[in-house]
Amino acid sequence: MTDIAAPGHQSTELDRVVIRFAGDSGDGMQLTGDRFTSASAVFGNDLSTLPDYPAEIRAPAGTLAGVSAFQVHISDHDILTPGDSPSVLVAMNPAALKANLHDLLPGGTLIVNSDAFEERNLTKAGYAENPLGDGSLKAFTVYEVPMTSLTVEATKPTGAKPRDAERSKNFFALGVISWMYTRPTEPTLEWIQSKFGNNQTVAEANTLAFKAGYNFGETAELFESNYQVKPAALEPGLYTQISGNVAVAYGLIAAGQLSKLPVFLGSYPITPASDILHELSRHKNFGVRTLQAEDEIAGVSSAIGAAFAGHLAVTTTSGPGIDLKSEAIGLAVSLELPLLIIDIQRGGPSTGLPTKTEQADLLLALFGRHGEAPVPIVAAKTPAHCFEATIEAARIALKYRTPVFLLSDGYLANGAEPWKLPDVATLPDIAVPFADGPNHDRGDGTREFWPYLRDPETLARPWAIPGTPGLEHRIGGLEKADGTGNISYDPANHEHMVRLRQAKVDGIADDIAPVELDDPDGPGGAPVLVVGWGSTYGTIAAAVRRVRARGLKVAQAHLIHLQPFPPNLEDILGRYDKVLVPEMNLGQLAFVLRGRYLTNAQSINKVQGLPFKAAEIESAIVQLLESNP
Amino acid sequence: MTDVSVPVTTKKDWTSDQEVRWCPGCGDYSILTAVQMLMPELGDTRENTVFVSGIGCSSRFPYYMNTYGIHSIHGRAPAVATGVAVARPDLSVWVITGDGDGLSIGGNHLIHALRRNVNLTILLFNNQIYGLTKGQYSPTSEVGKVTKSTPFGSIDHPFNPISLALGAEATFVARTHDMDRKHMQEVFRRAHRHRGAAFVEIYQNCNVFNDGAFDQILSKEARPTNLIPLEHGQPIRFGADHEKGVIVDGQGKARIVDVADVGEDAILVHDEQRAEPGLAFMLSRLATGPYEPTPVGVFRAVDRPTYGEEVQRQLVAAQERQGPGDLAALLRSGATWEV
Ligand code: SF4
Repeated sequence: MTDIAAPGHQSTELDRVVIRFAGDSGDGMQLTGDRFTSASAVFGNDLSTLPDYPAEIRAPAGTLAGVSAFQVHISDHDILTPGDSPSVLVAMNPAALKANLHDLLPGGTLIVNSDAFEERNLTKAGYAENPLGDGSLKAFTVYEVPMTSLTVEATKPTGAKPRDAERSKNFFALGVISWMYTRPTEPTLEWIQSKFGNNQTVAEANTLAFKAGYNFGETAELFESNYQVKPAALEPGLYTQISGNVAVAYGLIAAGQLSKLPVFLGSYPITPASDILHELSRHKNFGVRTLQAEDEIAGVSSAIGAAFAGHLAVTTTSGPGIDLKSEAIGLAVSLELPLLIIDIQRGGPSTGLPTKTEQADLLLALFGRHGEAPVPIVAAKTPAHCFEATIEAARIALKYRTPVFLLSDGYLANGAEPWKLPDVATLPDIAVPFADGPNHDRGDGTREFWPYLRDPETLARPWAIPGTPGLEHRIGGLEKADGTGNISYDPANHEHMVRLRQAKVDGIADDIAPVELDDPDGPGGAPVLVVGWGSTYGTIAAAVRRVRARGLKVAQAHLIHLQPFPPNLEDILGRYDKVLVPEMNLGQLAFVLRGRYLTNAQSINKVQGLPFKAAEIESAIVQLLESNP
Repeated sequence: MTDVSVPVTTKKDWTSDQEVRWCPGCGDYSILTAVQMLMPELGDTRENTVFVSGIGCSSRFPYYMNTYGIHSIHGRAPAVATGVAVARPDLSVWVITGDGDGLSIGGNHLIHALRRNVNLTILLFNNQIYGLTKGQYSPTSEVGKVTKSTPFGSIDHPFNPISLALGAEATFVARTHDMDRKHMQEVFRRAHRHRGAAFVEIYQNCNVFNDGAFDQILSKEARPTNLIPLEHGQPIRFGADHEKGVIVDGQGKARIVDVADVGEDAILVHDEQRAEPGLAFMLSRLATGPYEPTPVGVFRAVDRPTYGEEVQRQLVAAQERQGPGDLAALLRSGATWEV
């Protein structure tokens, strides 16, 4: 087996390709897609992925509801999105075909497991006629491959029963696609060994199925060509492939190292955030403590206790968990302790769409507590950016002694991209000192400790941790007198404290990076500015590229800090007559921008549990460009 | 926790400068005094002591202790304290809660702190009423209780906090009351010394909203006949002349008997260290409420690894196995490639 096309086959060069693997949720499509992605990453392509799977662990087999898909975009140049529409669709059964065919580009390649197109499956998928025989797929190049039977045949040497052997058919499919796109095979073969090594029969079956798929591509006269997507000319450096959730976990470990504090995670399992808990739990040698709490409230409450005790405290969750944690987050606002609250947003309201992405928790993070309870907000924009954003959120929390929200979402959490590894030595120092002595003169020559005496510059209060003699103090959720921290019901003091807490958060604006404006003609040059936040970054940037490729002018700004906003945001907004805000919600950032800056922000919204397509944003930009001012 | 270098202190050192704001005559005062007087004897320093509370009258307690303290939110004290104790096994962490705070809104956190055996000393002030919100029935109020929210009498079956704690796998379970400082201090001392979660129910009089709730067992005259002192290794006997005792009858049921009827040898000898909590549970059910002979003292005190120690053990083991964390190596731990 070789890494390049066999003689006799043409090999065509492509600059990019978008492939979607689709099958039943029991078919292992996520694993297949993930494996193809890893092989492509190591090969040096730029890439972006979009896993899309049902919330049920095993939705009824063969039905539309049970279809699981994984889309990957690989390219020889830098790309920003998993691709609007696949040009290649691998469909393991009729339901997978039915659920995904409408996305396949006209003229696209369709590879189906023809064994699965029998009556029962066709009926379950709602096909009256077999689409393989009724001419309905004329617009596509269709390859019918009997994957199930070929897999069973290929795995015979393992002695596995046909029922078990069949389960390796996703590796057969992976083999076919690996041949088709000239992926190196060694990484996958090695990976199969390490992943399934403790069950040699399975490892062997998967290996045989993979090789059989690869060889099928090479020898069957079915495919007239295979394709090459050359490595991308990315910035030089050492790369790894990273998903958003792993990047958050690494970011937390890094933040612990950079602040010289032990990390404490109090968390309750929830989709799509659990992987952060899983990942962190593996790295106890960094002194990371993970507590799988009895509920969401205990997750955040234990983190508050750990923060009081001097740890870098974190709680991770998704929207429903934020709802439950709200009261405790308000306590952290009042206690003025550092705390990271990480929200991996998913479709809501209520249980909503647990495995689908959405960015509809912005207003919840901004305002979802009783009373005036401002909390800084940082939002990650790509899977790899989750690393940097986590460190930034930790920096703000520690320096200003405040809870901080880090917003990510299901798309970033599970999506992957190549990540140029940072030089650890260049990461910021985010250490802050603990209070080590009394800070206030009694007036009689003696000194005492006031827990709410603030740093005049940051307005942060001292962080005095148990074990420090002389700094014993009691804090709680009741309103406190400024300075002493004693309980106070004084009306004027309450207003003073409300304003102080707000001023502290507002003041962070002077300590964050200005928002970057991408406008080739300088600020105000283009007629339209697109403002986004969070995971829409890649799609917006891709849409902006396309609009510019048409010879039109458009500017882009993407917010990482959503509370407070960067100080230059108002000026930038003021320079554009037309502002477009794409969001996977009904216009939450637009609402805030309009309210705060009296900006005539226009929304383009999508709430389908799936990211925008670049084409959707592109056409919204063009429309706005063409509209009368 | 005892340290020879711990300076000698008095009650005054453990008393904060905050004015105590409970109603005059409230049972909370005597509990506070008992704790403040006991602290100098426990061998902890003030800086290594943390009091964590939730919301309710009793939860004001931390403000009055000259230690570190958190007055948290309703019901969450065991969870907040779990964070403190897991992060810092070197600290002595106390939880102050009440029947509403600990058994109603915070019931979930309480049972899980007990199950995990987090190193906490949990004092639950049980006054069988909501005091701070001015007199609604609580999860320990008796059936039929007439309060503002139950004008026709409560129809809720109450919790038995001792039974609950035993059912939640607690390793240390005790009961005391606000009328007997010596008894309180002895129980608190034991609870503090216990490694793991120690649960102490304190019968506490709320003289404003539920005055006299425990009079039938706690008045001076009632105590000899209606309190059953549990002492490890001793036959369970009570009464002015120790004429009453507890036996386990042929049906396997704990019963109160006249010692004269069954003979001294038949009386159950209290063993708080029994691995199996069944007998302790039976003792917790001897009285159906604080109006008939009620056991006080330590029901159960057994050894089990504490949560904090186990967390620590895993951290140390991971360092031994994987070496101390190396961030650069971690970031490279997946497949990498050079561009
Ligand atoms: S309401 Fe009852 S429990 Fe609360 S302080 Fe007053 S007497 Fe004590």
